[in-house]
Amino acid sequence: MNLAAQDIRHNVGRFALTAVGIGLLLMIVLGMSGIYRGMIDDALIVVDRIGADLWVVQRGTRGPFAEISRLPANLEDRLRAVPGVASARTFVSHNVQREHQGKPLRMNIHGLAWPEDKGAWVTLTAGRPLGQAHYEMIADASLGLGLGEKLALGKDTYTVVGVTKGMVSSGGDGIAFLTTRDAQAIQFDLSGEAIRLERAARVQRAVGQDIGQVQPLLLERGGGLSSGIPALARPMVSAITVRVANGADAAAVAATIAAWPDVSVHSRDDQVQLLVHGMIDKARRQIGLFRVLLVIISTIIMALILYTLTLDKIHDIAMLKLMGARNGIIVGLILQQALLLGAIGYGIAVLLGDWIFPKFPRRVLITPDDLWALAAIVAALSVVSSLLGIWKAMRVEPNKVLS
Amino acid sequence: MNPLSTDTPAIEVSDLTKIYGSGNTEVVAMKDVNLRVAKGEVIALLGPSGAGKSTLLTAMGLINPPTSGRIVIGGVPVLDGPQPLLDLRAFRRHHLGFVFQKANLIPFLNAVQNVQVALEINDTPPRQARKRALELLDYLGVADRANNLPDALSGGQQQRVAVARALANQPSLILADEPTAALDSHRGRQVMELFRKVAHQRGSAVIVVTHDHRSLDVFDRTYEMEDGGLRSG
Repeated sequence: MNLAAQDIRHNVGRFALTAVGIGLLLMIVLGMSGIYRGMIDDALIVVDRIGADLWVVQRGTRGPFAEISRLPANLEDRLRAVPGVASARTFVSHNVQREHQGKPLRMNIHGLAWPEDKGAWVTLTAGRPLGQAHYEMIADASLGLGLGEKLALGKDTYTVVGVTKGMVSSGGDGIAFLTTRDAQAIQFDLSGEAIRLERAARVQRAVGQDIGQVQPLLLERGGGLSSGIPALARPMVSAITVRVANGADAAAVAATIAAWPDVSVHSRDDQVQLLVHGMIDKARRQIGLFRVLLVIISTIIMALILYTLTLDKIHDIAMLKLMGARNGIIVGLILQQALLLGAIGYGIAVLLGDWIFPKFPRRVLITPDDLWALAAIVAALSVVSSLLGIWKAMRVEPNKVLS
Repeated sequence: MNPLSTDTPAIEVSDLTKIYGSGNTEVVAMKDVNLRVAKGEVIALLGPSGAGKSTLLTAMGLINPPTSGRIVIGGVPVLDGPQPLLDLRAFRRHHLGFVFQKANLIPFLNAVQNVQVALEINDTPPRQARKRALELLDYLGVADRANNLPDALSGGQQQRVAVARALANQPSLILADEPTAALDSHRGRQVMELFRKVAHQRGSAVIVVTHDHRSLDVFDRTYEMEDGGLRSG
């Protein structure tokens, strides 16, 4: 006869409620690890999917995932000329927040190097890759934009031609893929008044200089389009991604580019390390500490519950001792209940998490490793939390029956 | 030779003394008690509250060791003063049975399981334990309530189940502390007669602490305790 099972059967309601409570706590522990894994996965999506071998960034910086990096867009032409480089593409990425249908819409704008890159590497759930150089976008489903939906950004309106899923930035914002030119147009968009004021300021600066006085054409150019002034650079890009040709030595290519005094080169692994250990490191540590706290809290709560359950049975335990029950029987009664409570709580945590986590605004990624780790934690905390009850039970004297 | 199977007394206590506290707070609960009970004998311990009856009973039950004196059960020296001479819990498991004023049944076990658990604690296989538990409940007239939880049993029925549990491992000594105090006189007498039946049919010695003078005819001998001392009643 299993005394633990009999006791649970007799107090099934209380036991079930306790197991649900433990299950909810464990679900949060599981969710915390899922949030952390989701953050890493989200952060690495772009690096993984772009599949670049090298990231060329502004000299002395760690790249667009760590800090601001600005490079001239024409650097890609220089890179294409390096022996061993198969392709070089501009990388433009920035966040915008706009009002859409009365709600704030925050998105990460990602520039595709049209016409080489039409977004064919983006996994689509509906629609198609970009089909023209302007005014089209591929949107992540989390943005809530449907196929064919139009969105005004800057001075232009963009049509959603493709929908993807699970493409989010390290900040958890859904990504919208546009051509690099469109992405920059949005990034550097100025109001008409701001443009007029800038042109007037340019003219005034030219008037104040000798060259403006002797070359009236300069004043005319200064009051015109920025793109018509050779002295003004094109908008900068964040980085250039490089793919090394098959058979080429990536380290040698990187060394060649790194020798240029205006750029730094990072491998794909460097970028991953920067993301994991740099950008999201604090969040990782914060979540890790929170998990530890939750495990401690769960252990304390479970220990108190088991202690209370033991106190309820203290008279019965004394009776068992009086009848000559070995300590193993009494320890088994408490330990089996603790392990069963932990096991049921674990099951509830996994099932409930499986149902509820996909509804979270950010990805909660649970891996089999996390499930095994939680199982081990639950087994350990069940044993630890039963110690208080076992200690109490061991201290009970059989003559307690007489009291 | 198994000492418990010979003609040795079921229990023999010599010069048993129990002192609680020390100095100004010292209380002598039991003083130089000598008692010898044969197998199959039913004896009553009478006396006013605080006379030391329960102290003597719990000392003999190996749950409250005396300050001095010696206890031999079935010819086996068990306690020399407060010093245990063997594993008391294991000895209780094999040779002693207890019945109290309250039945003290385990509330999450039904009647048959309450008896069964005493057998399983003593390493009886579960199926055999259940069979024997049902036989005992039948012997005590509560077999029809075998599957009821203690809450669903009357006081008398609970006490019968407690007696069945005490008998489960065929102990050489049954100790009962005011077992009829919570029962009406009719049911109280039934329980006392049950002890007599058990003692005479099964050969166990039964020592009953009681205030109930109406059932004294059931006992083979009676003893009176007063101020920690024991004298024949």
